[in-house]
Amino acid sequence: MMRLPLFEFRAPRTLDEAARILDGQGPNTMPLAGGTDLLPNMKRRQQVPRTLMSLRYVEGLNQVQWSDSASRLGACLTLTDVAEDPRFRNGMTALSQAAALVATPHIRNMATLGGNLCLDTRCNYYDQNYEWRKAIDFCLKKDGTICWVAPGSRKCVAVSSTDTAPALIALGARVRLVSRSGEREVTLSELYNNDGINYIRRRPDEILVEVLLDSLHGWKSSYWKLRRRGSFDFPVLSVAAAARLSRQAVVEDARIVVGSAASRPLVADGASKFLLGRSLNSETIAEAAGLAARIAKPLDNTDFDMTWRKRVTAEFVTYALRELRGDDMHVERGSLTRHSFE
Amino acid sequence: MPIQKDSPERPAKDSPASAGEFRVIGVPRRRVDARAKVTGQTRFADDIFLPRIAHCKLLRSPHPHARIRKIDTSRALAHPGVYLVLTGKDLPIEYGILPVSQDEQALCLDHVRHVGDPIAAVIAREELTAFEALDLIDVDYEILATISDPEEALATPEPRIHEYGEEGNIHKRVALEFGDVEKSFAEADEIFEDIFFYQGSTHLPIEQHAAVAIKDPEGKLTIWSSTQTPHYLHRALAKVLQMPPAHIRVSATPNGGGFGGKSDPFNHEIVVAKAALLLDRPVKICLTREEVFYCHRGRHPVLMKFKTGVKKDGAITGMHLQTLIDGGGYGSYGVASTFYTGALQTTTYHIPRYRFEGCRTFTNKPPCGPKRGHGTVQPRFGQEVQLDKIAEKLKIDPADLRLRIVESPNTVTANYLRLSTVNLSECIRRVVKTSDWKEKFRKLPEGRGVGLACSAYLTGAGLAIYWNKMPQSGVQLKLDRGGGVAIFCGATEIGQGSDDVLAGIVAEVLGIDTFDIRLFTGDTDLGPVDLGSYSSRVTIMAGNAALQAAERARELLAEAVAIRLEVPKERLRFAEKSVFDSAAPEKRVPFHEAVCLAEARFGTIGTVGSYTPPKSPALYKGGGVGPSPTYSYTAAVIEVAVNPLTGWITVPKIWIAHDIGRPLNPPLVRGQVEGSVYMGLGEALMEEQEFRRLPKKLSHALVHKFPSMLEYKSPTSLDMPEVVTELVEEPDPRGPFGAKEVGQGPLLPIMPAVANAVYDAIGVRIDEVPITPEKIVKALAEKRAGRDPRYGPSHFPHVDWPEALRVPPPWEGGDGNAVNDVPRHSKPRPEKEKVLSS
Amino acid sequence: MITLPVASQKTSHVRMTLNGEQVDVSFAPYKTLLEVLREDLGHTGTKHGCELGECGACAVLLDGKPVLSCLVLGVECDSRNVLTVEGLGLEGTLHPLQDAFADLGAAQCGYCTPAILVTAKSLLDQHPHATRDQIRAALSGVLCRCTGYLQIFEAVESAMVKIAQQNGSAR
Repeated sequence: MMRLPLFEFRAPRTLDEAARILDGQGPNTMPLAGGTDLLPNMKRRQQVPRTLMSLRYVEGLNQVQWSDSASRLGACLTLTDVAEDPRFRNGMTALSQAAALVATPHIRNMATLGGNLCLDTRCNYYDQNYEWRKAIDFCLKKDGTICWVAPGSRKCVAVSSTDTAPALIALGARVRLVSRSGEREVTLSELYNNDGINYIRRRPDEILVEVLLDSLHGWKSSYWKLRRRGSFDFPVLSVAAAARLSRQAVVEDARIVVGSAASRPLVADGASKFLLGRSLNSETIAEAAGLAARIAKPLDNTDFDMTWRKRVTAEFVTYALRELRGDDMHVERGSLTRHSFE
Repeated sequence: MPIQKDSPERPAKDSPASAGEFRVIGVPRRRVDARAKVTGQTRFADDIFLPRIAHCKLLRSPHPHARIRKIDTSRALAHPGVYLVLTGKDLPIEYGILPVSQDEQALCLDHVRHVGDPIAAVIAREELTAFEALDLIDVDYEILATISDPEEALATPEPRIHEYGEEGNIHKRVALEFGDVEKSFAEADEIFEDIFFYQGSTHLPIEQHAAVAIKDPEGKLTIWSSTQTPHYLHRALAKVLQMPPAHIRVSATPNGGGFGGKSDPFNHEIVVAKAALLLDRPVKICLTREEVFYCHRGRHPVLMKFKTGVKKDGAITGMHLQTLIDGGGYGSYGVASTFYTGALQTTTYHIPRYRFEGCRTFTNKPPCGPKRGHGTVQPRFGQEVQLDKIAEKLKIDPADLRLRIVESPNTVTANYLRLSTVNLSECIRRVVKTSDWKEKFRKLPEGRGVGLACSAYLTGAGLAIYWNKMPQSGVQLKLDRGGGVAIFCGATEIGQGSDDVLAGIVAEVLGIDTFDIRLFTGDTDLGPVDLGSYSSRVTIMAGNAALQAAERARELLAEAVAIRLEVPKERLRFAEKSVFDSAAPEKRVPFHEAVCLAEARFGTIGTVGSYTPPKSPALYKGGGVGPSPTYSYTAAVIEVAVNPLTGWITVPKIWIAHDIGRPLNPPLVRGQVEGSVYMGLGEALMEEQEFRRLPKKLSHALVHKFPSMLEYKSPTSLDMPEVVTELVEEPDPRGPFGAKEVGQGPLLPIMPAVANAVYDAIGVRIDEVPITPEKIVKALAEKRAGRDPRYGPSHFPHVDWPEALRVPPPWEGGDGNAVNDVPRHSKPRPEKEKVLSS
Repeated sequence: MITLPVASQKTSHVRMTLNGEQVDVSFAPYKTLLEVLREDLGHTGTKHGCELGECGACAVLLDGKPVLSCLVLGVECDSRNVLTVEGLGLEGTLHPLQDAFADLGAAQCGYCTPAILVTAKSLLDQHPHATRDQIRAALSGVLCRCTGYLQIFEAVESAMVKIAQQNGSAR
């Protein structure tokens, strides 16, 4: 049986108390929410924090506040909470779809929205037991000096594998971070770096407490995920698209995000801008898909062949845009996800 | 078609036990161990907790190939909570499943052969302590060159991974020829040559291997282990620990899945046994998932080349098969696996002349061995895909082609396998009908397709792993005055329902309920030897032994009851927990009274039964692999949908028909069929035991690419298609109540049927397993470029094959011996030369 | 890799409701619920196949919801309600799911069975008339390597009918 390393356990009841615990501790103290990412990493000795600070008992972190102008989603909402709540449909469909496709029903009952946004980057050379990593003399991300994916690289290329981040970036979300020294709001797309080690701009003393969304009135959104099986697997490519369409189906605003193709979700600005003022027809969709796919740079560190992942990116963007246009994508979605959407 | 008839020994209908209708056999029943399983009370090895128990962890090699210069364990031993540290010098004696490859040490003494090879063991009060103390063992290695695959092994004779074998890093080379194959090609209208690759895969039982050992109160050793083969573990322990076998008790706990992965004696079992003896306290080990991947013994990656000659009508004139096998770091069952890659080609379709050459190499990877379908799965893939190509070229429907060439029952094949019942034609007809094949094949819209494939599998290997003249399975029965019946047998419950097979057969014969029976199985102290749960042998071998023991008990009871009821004993029937006069059913005694009557007359009632498979006509060297009392047959049709842009493939539905002989407990049989389909589909589409060689300039590392449940892709409930299962029933005279195997055979047609369906869907051949979207897209690109619309290997490397043993087939006057070898007849062969089966 | 013991927490203690019964248990503070159940509470019905959340074999119901006990800290289980396979049956009788699994070949080796049973119970508690697709999806977090799942689906459906009949006759 794989065992956790020893750690000190803290269970603050208030956000203030939690912020005080993290203050000045650096990465040695880590917040624990659902545990589905951190605990396996600890068992594999990828992350060995000396103190775990549970967010379970901190009040107010699993609330949803709705209003016409904006919504606030608590970071400790479970992914099941998000996936099963019908209020997360329509404009927020991409978020609902992304949450529903994370891992397994059991994991979604545990894993939190905030945890999925902070998910450690993943790599076939890194997500391995201590003994395995010893056999490759470790890697750049943890305890080693070489990135085995790209041995010439000075930068870690571990992959952003969160499902909800691409969806929420497409929805224009911001997040609120709280620390002892204060709090700040960050546009979600600004939360990430394209660096497998320093992939997130959350400081170790900050707690991601909520996700903020402006009104999505008039918006439609869609999330598509590539993985081998119908459950368990992390995305190895994902596309989130959101658009506001006029009555004549002309794109008034759009955001396309490609996930799991770099160390951060990639915002396909070129493709989004191209669509502005155009209607979604086969030609414009194909052009936008090509533009969006151009930015995907998958490498050989996940499931599936990297050239194939690159190759199908345009297809996935096409699926997402066709769904926004109102095409019945039932068959494609069922075939890819193996879920039935009756 | 020339056929050598062979009269069945005993028609099933004449079996006294099968007279009249059955009350247990063939009736859907709750299996005897079901309650334990659904209440979580089944005690798996890791569920055993004992007072004073200590925990063991193994230090494993981080290097794929190295010499151990020095090991210093002093820091680990000094660590608080650590009781004992063992190294290779504590357990130096070599062992292995086959007598011809005793090449493993429980802890490597001076040579490590793959990442994960165990070097030292730490035994501590807490598992966490043992794990952490592994880092305190200092090992000084001398790195040796890494050998990654068979081609590299052929090209790199030094350094040798083992000091035995054929030469260099070639473990085993075999060549057999049954009739002049070149001549058969000259007689053919068309000749087909194809190269296929079958990727390795692993068993992935959900239960990780675990073992608990104690020095029992008498000072003897008892070990509970999740093993499929307690008898072979018993032998290995006696050898390595140098203890009298009588002082060792091996108890196979119910396995949480086996599939062949728990069939070897394992280093961790030997280590905890040694530690328990030294510490005189219980010692437990439960492997992590990563370690299970290092135990492996899974499907060998095989490169194969098929050359087949056919007449215009589809009749095969001859076949030449070559296989190049990646064995990994140890022998395991590999010699048998090598022969198995060439053994069963002749069992499905008539092949009058056949040549087989196989070569297994050592590489610096975890050892391969027997996984469901052992060694026959890979060439079956090639054979069935090639047949699809043949059918297309000859413009014959692939189902019709197969029906024309199906081998006849009661035949001795070109390589001297004696077939009993063969209902492959009926299997094909059933799936053709249920799948609506004729309306679908080559008629579905672009992107949709159907494929068909067939297979055969052994119902128990004809020979034991080690040469002996004793039965392969034994059963003892004890009948007590209360009407209880106890079955004692070495057979091992790995989920397949072996306990239920024993109970069902005994209950049927004695006319009692399966739940009136108590089972003592898988325990070397309690029951007579059964060789283990492998090669689909338990139903036929332990089943026949149980049948014999039960019939003997019934005979005793019948004699005593006949006197009491004053009726001829031939008229007595055993049913409804009673013994009664079939002519006057009101004349009866309850079963428990029948036991008392018999005990009063004969003394304590206990009977035995045993089973030895019939002698095989294959007398040539190597003929020990392939013979079986009888073979099961399967046909499958699979429908696929393939996206022509992405290559994304889905399988909506599968139709499968299996020639079972007779199902002893139908839901269990169906479960074996569907479980095989499931595992086959995983292999067909996504499962890979894949390795990563780091850039040679920077590293010597060769690691399993993803030794985890997450990245080794076992299909989920969402990935499982609808399956229509049909059982073809013709009781086989050799099976108990006519039963044949079902645990492995239905896996075999799945992979080729998927490949054939992909071709029907989008016109590309994927001559490789697994069949993935990436490969489909590459093949589609070839097609668009006007090249061969195919993805697969194009080259079979040069192997120095030995001179083939030439064995004329039966219809060319052969007697089962090789003409260029000493006649072997039925003289007992010395152990060293014996080719061993599994 | 040696991790240093934390002096302040040699043992942890929680009180929880296990299968309807209040239990107090002390355990090493690094342990997950899985380890606490199996090693400190003697409830070995809950199994494990990876301890990393990749197989589902350790599923239990925590406050009624299926979760993976290998990824729940024991110290986070204070005051919570845990249901394992040992708590499925009532007063010596099997739960309809257990009966159906036993009769219809849904348990082969039996190793994933406890996890699948509690997961199915949770599904049927929420959806007494679950469709095949809902069953498929609900069970997609537990790998079964033996059955190919189909007999499991059928057993869940059969139990569902039986439960509905029981509830109907109870009214």
